[in-house]
Formats: sequence, C-alpha cells, structure tokens
Amino acid sequence: MSLSPPDLRPGEAAALAARTAARAADEGVAEIAYTRVDSPLGALVAFATARGVARIGYELEDGGLDDILDDVALRLSPAIVEAPRRLDPLRRELDEYFEGRRRDFEIDVDWALTGGGFRRRVLQECARIPFGATSTYREIAGAAGSPKAFRAAGNALGSNPLPIVVPCHRVLASGGGLGGYTGGLERKRTLLTIEGGMLAV
Amino acid sequence: MTRVRLPPFQRFLDAHHDDVARFLVASVGRHDADDAFQETFLAALRAYPRLRPDSNLRAWVLTIAHRKALDVHRARRRNPVPVAQVAERAAAAAPDGPADHWERVRALPARQREVLTLRYAADLTHAEIARALGCSEQAARRAAADGLKTLRKELSDVPVTA
Repeated sequence: MSLSPPDLRPGEAAALAARTAARAADEGVAEIAYTRVDSPLGALVAFATARGVARIGYELEDGGLDDILDDVALRLSPAIVEAPRRLDPLRRELDEYFEGRRRDFEIDVDWALTGGGFRRRVLQECARIPFGATSTYREIAGAAGSPKAFRAAGNALGSNPLPIVVPCHRVLASGGGLGGYTGGLERKRTLLTIEGGMLAV
Repeated sequence: MTRVRLPPFQRFLDAHHDDVARFLVASVGRHDADDAFQETFLAALRAYPRLRPDSNLRAWVLTIAHRKALDVHRARRRNPVPVAQVAERAAAAAPDGPADHWERVRALPARQREVLTLRYAADLTHAEIARALGCSEQAARRAAADGLKTLRKELSDVPVTA
C-alpha cells in the first residue's frame, strides 16, 4: 500500500455537495438557487433569487441546462447552486397549473432579467392578462405606452425570462394568428388549450 | 478576445467535490470531514463573486480546505476528545481499515502533515503547496521528505519519491 488519496464511498462527495448547496441557499450565501422541474411541456429549469423566481427556461429550446446556467451566471451572479427545495413553491404552483387546479401564480417574481424601460413594461402588462384570455402584440404595446411599437413588444415577449408564469403565450398576432413563442409554437398551443383560451387559430 | 469568466458556482462545486472530500478525509478523518467540507465550500462561495476569473480554482479551493482542516486540528488541541467519542470515531473510521496510513500522517508534526496531505491526498505541486502554506518551495519539499522518512520507519511500503 502506498500514500494514495483515501477512497470515497460511491456518491459520498456528491451527497455532501448537495447538502452544502442546500445550506448555501437556505442561509442566503448563494445568491441564486436553481432546479429542474418536469412538466407536460418537457423539462424546465427554474432559478430563484431572494426576491423571487427570476428565470424559467425550456431546457431543450434554450440550449440545455449549461447554456441557461451560463447566461444567468453572466447576467446576475455566478453564486448559483442547485437547491431543489428552494424552488418547491414554484414547483407546486406549476404542478397545480398543469393539473388544471390553478389559474394564477402567486409566487414572488424577480424582474431582474426582464431588462428595463419598455421591455419590462411590456412583460409587466403581459403579466396582467388573466387566465383564459388573450391579447395582441399591438394591444400590449399600447398598454406599455407605445401603440406603434408592436414589433418591439413582440421582441420583448420573445425574450421573456419567465415563460408560463408571465404568460406571453396569451399574446397573439393582431390578425388572429398564433404569433411566435420562445418555447416553440407547439407549446404555445398546448398552454392555450390548457387554459381553454384557444381561439380559432 | 474572449474574456475568461468564472463558471457558475454549482459547476465549480461539481468539478472539485471529490478532490476536496478526499483531501479532508485524509487531513482530519471521516468524522470531521463533513463539517469541514461544508465550511470549505461555503467560504469559497462567499468569496467567489470577487474572485479573479483566471484563478487556479482547484488550488484555490484546496487552500481553503487546508485552512478549514487547520481549524479542526486547532480545535482538537484545545478540546481533547472525550473517551466515549474516541470509540465512536474509531467506528466511523472503520471502513478505512487498519491500513489507513493517513491516520499516521495526522499524527505527524503539523507542517509535515500539511505538506503530505496537500501533496498526496490533494495532488498539489510543491509550488502550489508553498503558496497555500506561505512557505518556500524548498521548505515544503523538506517537510515532505521529513514526513515520509518518519512514515517509512513505521511502514515499509510508502513511496520514497516526493
């Protein structure tokens, strides 16, 4: 026998790391906690700061967990840990929503990734569209203060950091078309069907 | 030019948890390694956002782990372990078996113990060890050689090369 590093039990260090990450989130040492959330729309990745949920990503569409993680680290802080418990309230509300038992999200939202000015106003207006209803890019642009800026409104909604919770799927093209969606049109259709708000599209 | 960026902390934790756990088990034993591991990464996380992105992250976190191990050794000197806990610790250490040379390393003088754990459990270079300990590379090499000499007296099969 030689002076070699001690053996670890399988998974020993990973379990320790998970406990450390949970503690870092609970004690506020980590600025951001994230987790994966399964949904009928596929795997989601969700991030929360002390203020609230800051980012929800469709794992496959947004370049995978690593890309979303890098993006949030770059734009908010690298002090990010995987701490599933911290996202339990969101997970619960999403489950209830997809099971048809919830119409409104009550969890706190951190708007830090929504940009400023017009972009943020568009997303905050969008957040007011009730369950089951829809709006148009033009209407949202108007409500945000620039009726002519419907393209910019579309862009702002396209970069929605909080899909589902900030219901950009409820915004349609003025002519009655479906418009676009960050998670792909199939998901937009599914969300509108869940809400019974699907118009003749 | 692409700027070097710090990886998200979780990726850093995933990349180094095995190395830090091995180092701490060698340095303070299984019983105290859990706490020291958590303290290491919590301290790392507190400093992380201000860290230079081009830092040697592995050597950095092992240097923090070394300091946390030092805290454990200091606490032990201040509060000798009650007899009841000795048995408990022996039981906790049982999986390592009687051939755990690290137990002998832990009994060496502090500097020798530090150098040998950083070199053989954490695989740091003598230059990195010197930086972690704030001593010269030569002093680190000498402490390693002295430590190995003592160990060789006790055991026949520890490698001679440092």
